Amino acid sequence: MQIENNKEQNVLVVDARKTDFFKKQVRIALRNCGKINPENIDEYIAEDGYEALGRVITTMTPEEVIDVMLKSGLRGRGGAGFPTGRKWDFARKSVSDKKYVCCNADEGDPGAFMDRSVLEGDPHVVLEAMAIAGYAIGSDQGYIYVRAEYPIAVKRLEIAIKQAKEYGLLGKNILGTNFSFDIELRLGAGAFVCGEETALMTSIEGHRGEPRPRPPFPAVKGLFKQPTILNNVETYANVPRIILNGAEWFANIGAERSKGTKVFAVGGKIKNTGLVEIPMGTTLREVIEEIGGGIPNGKKFKAAQTGGPSGGCIPASLIDTPIEYDTLIEIGSMMGSGGLIVMDEDTCMVDLAKFFLSFTVEESCGKCPPCRIGTKRMYDILEKITSGRGELSDIDDLYALASAIKNSALCGLGQTAPNPVLSTLRYFKDEYIAHVVDKKCPAGVCKNLLQYKIIADKCRGCSACARKCPVNCISGEIKKPFVIDQSKCIKCGTCMETCKFGAIVKE
Amino acid sequence: MKSLEELRALKSKIRSEMELKEGGVDTRVVVGMATCGIAAGARPVMNAIVEGVANRGIKNVQVTMTGCMGLCRLEPIVEVIDKDGNIVTYVEMNAEKAAKVVEEHLAGGRIVSEYTIGAVAQ
Repeated sequence: MQIENNKEQNVLVVDARKTDFFKKQVRIALRNCGKINPENIDEYIAEDGYEALGRVITTMTPEEVIDVMLKSGLRGRGGAGFPTGRKWDFARKSVSDKKYVCCNADEGDPGAFMDRSVLEGDPHVVLEAMAIAGYAIGSDQGYIYVRAEYPIAVKRLEIAIKQAKEYGLLGKNILGTNFSFDIELRLGAGAFVCGEETALMTSIEGHRGEPRPRPPFPAVKGLFKQPTILNNVETYANVPRIILNGAEWFANIGAERSKGTKVFAVGGKIKNTGLVEIPMGTTLREVIEEIGGGIPNGKKFKAAQTGGPSGGCIPASLIDTPIEYDTLIEIGSMMGSGGLIVMDEDTCMVDLAKFFLSFTVEESCGKCPPCRIGTKRMYDILEKITSGRGELSDIDDLYALASAIKNSALCGLGQTAPNPVLSTLRYFKDEYIAHVVDKKCPAGVCKNLLQYKIIADKCRGCSACARKCPVNCISGEIKKPFVIDQSKCIKCGTCMETCKFGAIVKE
Repeated sequence: MKSLEELRALKSKIRSEMELKEGGVDTRVVVGMATCGIAAGARPVMNAIVEGVANRGIKNVQVTMTGCMGLCRLEPIVEVIDKDGNIVTYVEMNAEKAAKVVEEHLAGGRIVSEYTIGAVAQ
């Protein structure tokens, strides 16, 4: 466990910032979270808030701003990792008298909550960064698309926008310059696909949130058919600091091809669940063992899942992989928006793939057939395998479907939907084979493939299990071995928990 | 505000106000009030502290809220920051524990060791 007393000096550590949980972290995007009062603009200003915007609009040209962003090496934190400066440059060069700056706060990956934390803990940083982006590309209007399931974030954004307008830090002629910029909120209605950029813009326009083909790219023809940039909350949270401290400062943090830091929402089978911000290039081992405090209950680390339903898993053998955009792609996963789900030996990888597929099946918008039909077909095959009816040809079918969907789906949701299946097939094919050929679930998760059995030698015949069994399927004589009727057993595991003699096994 | 200079002047003013601690305020109590904190029960904790400070007539303490510091599993978290910037992090708080912190720490000046991060999360 990492948060502990300093043993050498035997002094009780009372300041959270002096615990091991914080030691390896570098906080840029989260620097004000947990420190300032998010509903008070003065506290943000005291932390150099709006200084970057002030400098940008009074002393820099749009070209210079974009140059700083390019040199900093900042890449999109929403998952795909496109260089932010280049995105802004495309939009700046697009000719139009109306352009838009959008913020993607439709955080939808299961297990990811870092954007919510920034919006709730430091909403002004997003407003300031969007205004800087507006100045850089020549826009006077911003939209924050935030999911309605984040009511506290919405409320704090509303307060922040109101305060910034009162102070003249948003609105007409900001700080006495010719630059005007306004921001409005748009609430998402809970569709995962609306985190996809074209669907998000369609939704802001008031239509049903469905993606549209690219090109034209948003930088050319985006929101209301005008040049638009869309960046993620965490990307924006880096921008004011880059302006204040310089591109070089930022480029010196992190790894060669991935600059700066990344925030991860660490969850699953790990002691310190929470939010961590680490320099790019930190290894997965450091995150899990040193910051995360390791796996609870003495279990073994099996794999970590990054990138949610678009990503893949990183097996224990690759735990020393540095976390960077490109290294994660090389091993078949992806950075994603920052969900990091840790799994121990009790996780069935086929079941995990099925869980993410069930999510994409549910969230597919249905516009394009490869995603609408393909993900459902893949899900059906996984259902078949986990229920013990799988055949070897099913695995070939999974590969064929995965490649067809990846190549033909309309948007990122569909194109990446097969990833959880492909990456578990890559590293845990033996588990698929065990399900299909041996009809066994090695992790003991898939109910149809496991049996609870009483070991006759160990059973004392106390009847404790039989009395607890909810379906009365355990019978026997007192002081003689009891037996489970497999045809009635619902595999709830109550008997195993009840037995004091370890006489019941799951196999 | 009409200029960058005005913004900078405001920043200096806010900073010096925070240092001078107007009205004799020299201690800040900060309650984590992001979704994770509120879900874990930060609202009753906040209420207990505000009530405790008011009932005891403690004048040197300002109670405020903040976002999530990342230790979601240890919420509700309350931090007490003294005039020199020393921070005490209390974790897994509830209304009763908060009342005790008001009594012992804020009124009495003694850190309640058993609720601190080092004692709870070992």
